[in-house]
Amino acid sequence: MTPEIALTNGGRLPLAAIPVLPFPEFASGVIDLIRHSATPIAYFADQPAPEAPPELFAVLTAATPGTFTVLRSRLAPGFTSLTTRAPQLHLFEREIAEQYGIAASDHPWLKPVRFHSVWHGTTDAWGRDPGRHPQPGVMDFFRVEGAEIHEVGVGPVHAGIIEPGHFRFQCFGEKVLHLEISLGYQHRGIERLLLGGPWPQTPSQIETMAGDTTVGHMTAYSLVLEGLTGTVAPPRAQALRAVALELERLANHVGDIGALAGDVGFLPTASYCGRLRGDYLNMTAAICGSRFGRGLVRPGGVLFDLEPARQARLLQTLADIVPNTRGALSLFFEAPSVLGRLEGVGKVLTDDALGLGLVGVAARACGLDCDTRRAFPVAPYTTENVPAITEASGDVFARARVRQREIEHALAFVRQALENLPAGPIATPLTALPADTLALGLVEGWRGRLAHIALTDAQGRFRRYKVIDPSFFNWSGLAMALRDEQISDFPLCNKSFNLSYCGFDL
Amino acid sequence: MLRILYERFQQGYRTSPFPKQEPTLPDRFRGLPRLHPERCAAGCRECAQGCPFGAIREQHGALALDLGRCLFCADCHACPHGALEFSTDYRLAVRRREELTITADRGPVLAAPLDAPLKELFGRSFKLRQVSAGGCNACEADVNVLGTLVFDLGRFGIQFVASPRHADGILVTGPVTENMREALLATYAAVPEPKVVIATGACAINGGPFSNAPEVHNGVGALLPVDLFIPGCPPHPYTILDGLLRLLGRREVAD
Repeated sequence: MTPEIALTNGGRLPLAAIPVLPFPEFASGVIDLIRHSATPIAYFADQPAPEAPPELFAVLTAATPGTFTVLRSRLAPGFTSLTTRAPQLHLFEREIAEQYGIAASDHPWLKPVRFHSVWHGTTDAWGRDPGRHPQPGVMDFFRVEGAEIHEVGVGPVHAGIIEPGHFRFQCFGEKVLHLEISLGYQHRGIERLLLGGPWPQTPSQIETMAGDTTVGHMTAYSLVLEGLTGTVAPPRAQALRAVALELERLANHVGDIGALAGDVGFLPTASYCGRLRGDYLNMTAAICGSRFGRGLVRPGGVLFDLEPARQARLLQTLADIVPNTRGALSLFFEAPSVLGRLEGVGKVLTDDALGLGLVGVAARACGLDCDTRRAFPVAPYTTENVPAITEASGDVFARARVRQREIEHALAFVRQALENLPAGPIATPLTALPADTLALGLVEGWRGRLAHIALTDAQGRFRRYKVIDPSFFNWSGLAMALRDEQISDFPLCNKSFNLSYCGFDL
Repeated sequence: MLRILYERFQQGYRTSPFPKQEPTLPDRFRGLPRLHPERCAAGCRECAQGCPFGAIREQHGALALDLGRCLFCADCHACPHGALEFSTDYRLAVRRREELTITADRGPVLAAPLDAPLKELFGRSFKLRQVSAGGCNACEADVNVLGTLVFDLGRFGIQFVASPRHADGILVTGPVTENMREALLATYAAVPEPKVVIATGACAINGGPFSNAPEVHNGVGALLPVDLFIPGCPPHPYTILDGLLRLLGRREVAD
């Protein structure tokens, strides 16, 4: 049995405390934990120094509630794939192959993730010319053969104002037998840019990892830096971060219900929610000047305070838009024509959601009680002040209903937080980053769990900074939701997930 | 049905009176920066080093700020002496890249309308295809919002269309990742002549937070001729709308 290495959300571990296990022991440790219901948070490689052999790190939830286990090994050619035993890891292993040029043997689905050249060395896992930038979308797609089978390719540029990605459907008539999603078009190379950081550009890059999750990602980054330095943000800053995080959830969830309404042709809710989404963004702008929360959250605290008059104005705005929000949503959920289009469409089975490691709204819509705010709470969240919001049916309806219920909770949470803001400062200064330390920050963003992990080198710089956006796991969920559906229901299913392309591509 | 009509009544009329009336932006909104060289400490050029994106430099002995590189950061590191402040002026769009450079005496040269034949063609019906090329979905979201009933873009004859074949131009967001270069160029090629290119947001103008990163092209200007630059990270929807209307000659040229 491997010794338990315990880590909490926003905590740190000296790297020396994590033993480097032989790969077979590492692999059986990871698989054992997953068999005993552990959730894999991250699995990644890291090159400690240019000439040093790369290492493997796996971070999983531990048996003790609220804690994590870290396992560590060496990455060497011929390391075996764990995907067939733990499909949650399939993308992590593909990512390791793409970044480090070392492919897990026996991986059943080893394809590029983001289409970039290998980070170190010259070995490409797919034998492509390491001197040339790979072509996005050039890979072996799964094909269904048969006389009446046809293939539909969509993207990277889609109809509508939306990020790019490539979708390939294998269809029998109108029925989708298989959907394969190939991304990477938005790849800006963020994880590689963070090596050796933090740099002066780093906060802006973190805030634009997924621009619709600015507050979420920046809060996760702040937890990591605060964890590394042993800093605790003041209670007032924590409360303001939570207000901003819930406003981000409100804006996006309300916008998503509006988009679903648009897709099923229910225009009243589509119109109202389009406007209301902007009202929530404008509340964030009233706090910090930016509709997306740019510049609000920083390691150590927040940059903007609320004076009493501003606090009162925000509460008044909230009171004004709550009835409109409830009205727009109840209109939608009470219309039989709407429910008829949502129920039973785009179903994901709970077993598949577990097996693929789905997170956030998509997982909760399959009955899984997984919410970082409940499982790994950081103040002001507690397991008590965030309810378990789940729906059993796993379909478009369930994903919409989870959002509606989360909107209700967020409205109450924001009002309460604004009414009871703790007094005191809004930031604590940070000390220099310690050497050879690992820290972890998890945040429940509006799509789901955001995980940031930093490893520092002997100088206290990032030797690795790993980011896992919820979309990393959840695009696989969308592919499963399309199985045996009508291809014409793709837009509706896609909206019900509303995943991030740039958050996945980084 | 009655329920729908009742809710319609409750939701009220929400379309903004813009452009007849100027919009009210939040007091903390960071718009057009104002330079106060009189506050500069003697011989201090900290700002040239202070901005991680190189937005500030000395030009002919005076401070110059490039709105195309500026991210309007809340914790702007550029000046410890208060020589740089953000105003709430949202009007920032220009026609030429160099017109984004401002000094203490000279603001941005707000966009002039398209030349006569193009203005004639597009002035009352302007269709755009949006291409996100590494955008973080903030610029995309604040372009998308122009379609809501608050801004009601359709009343100006401007519309985002699904096919480049139906478009009069493209509106590009993002720093142009290497992985989107080909798709961007193919989309542009599919738009019939004459056509315009609009670079929206700091990324599309100069790479934004990712300028000089190996995987990006520092914006669309390196690859295509740009007719309108809309700065911001992301630009406010009114900044985008103001830019589009100026391009079509539907706003005053300058004030």
